[in-house]
Amino acid sequence: MTKEKKMVITIPREELMSPGHLACQGCGASLAMRLALKALGQKTAVCIPACCWAVIDGPFPYSSLDIPIYHCAFETAASSASGVKAGLEMVGETETTVLAWAGDGGTFDIGIQALSAAAERNEDIIYACYDNEAYMNTGIQRSSATPLGAWTTTTPVKHYKKERKKDIIGIMAAHEIPYIATASVAYPEDLVRKFKKAREIKGTRFIHIYAPCPVGWKSQPEDSIKLAKLAVQTGYFPLFEIEDGENWTLNFKVKERKPISEYLKLQGRFRHLKEEEIAIIQKEVDTKWEKTLKKCGL
Amino acid sequence: MPKNKEVKKVIFNSEKEMPLAPMSIGNMLHNKTGAWRNIKPVIELSKCIKCGICWKFCPDASIDIIDDWPAINYDYCKGCGICAEECPEKCIEMVEEER
Repeated sequence: MTKEKKMVITIPREELMSPGHLACQGCGASLAMRLALKALGQKTAVCIPACCWAVIDGPFPYSSLDIPIYHCAFETAASSASGVKAGLEMVGETETTVLAWAGDGGTFDIGIQALSAAAERNEDIIYACYDNEAYMNTGIQRSSATPLGAWTTTTPVKHYKKERKKDIIGIMAAHEIPYIATASVAYPEDLVRKFKKAREIKGTRFIHIYAPCPVGWKSQPEDSIKLAKLAVQTGYFPLFEIEDGENWTLNFKVKERKPISEYLKLQGRFRHLKEEEIAIIQKEVDTKWEKTLKKCGL
Repeated sequence: MPKNKEVKKVIFNSEKEMPLAPMSIGNMLHNKTGAWRNIKPVIELSKCIKCGICWKFCPDASIDIIDDWPAINYDYCKGCGICAEECPEKCIEMVEEER
């Protein structure tokens, strides 16, 4: 290889997250925050409810982020962010982007009324949900984002989760907010582009980020990115964006979807599943994929 | 890691020294998370094609780009192995940590 080749950098160099934070090895959530802040830049304020990031950030008086952070109560991510934005506007500061950064528990279950209310008022905030599919911070309890068939400490192997994952994108699309997107840590350019686009739009913007958790998923730390890639390539987590609640665009057109078993077999939380149960999950994924394609007009 | 950040541990001698509202007054750089790892990544720069993938995917922000080459900051690398797994040329190897 030629030594004179310049390094091609496709995402911003600026680093607003300092190392030394308290995330586990191979954490998808910390990578998601790092990439999101690269896109949003210094003029950002974050509201973090109780979630993994409340711990990752570090104990008082330290913080691993170079931007203002407000730790709020579990259910109030969206309403706190609305308040911070209103306060900033009162003092005439209009450039700062206010980001609410919640996990899936604080979005799908506990924070949904605050999120719905903020979306209804069309508050000028970005709401980012990093989805690791259970309450990982408190010890892997089932949330409504946990997928069908998964093991958690409250849905043990014999009684694995029988319900499917809540369709949060469908709920948010029904609010007809200006911008909704799904992003994955395995596609940093796409994630950064979506956050940059969201920063320019006024109104409530919702971004759903897929963030693997090696501890809760019982997967190897080095497989985090591979899993996030497989989730997209199997059609389990399609990458798309919705503008004004109706214009759906599929960002990553998967020509030949991989079988879902490839994604499941890397994770210990799905180890108990038998062939017929995997077939059921495959069918669910197929139906969801067809629905997404239809909505995107493909 | 940006060079302008300083590593300092904040110690309060009495509660009067504390800020009125709980607010962060230091970064986490004093927390050397490198002690967490059992295996460490080693880059073989002769095979490196400068794609920047290891830097892009590092969840600990502990791979820096110095003069266009990736360099691992062993003070903070937790040894997750994502860089070794994702490297397209497989020029990063995970080796046992010697203590």
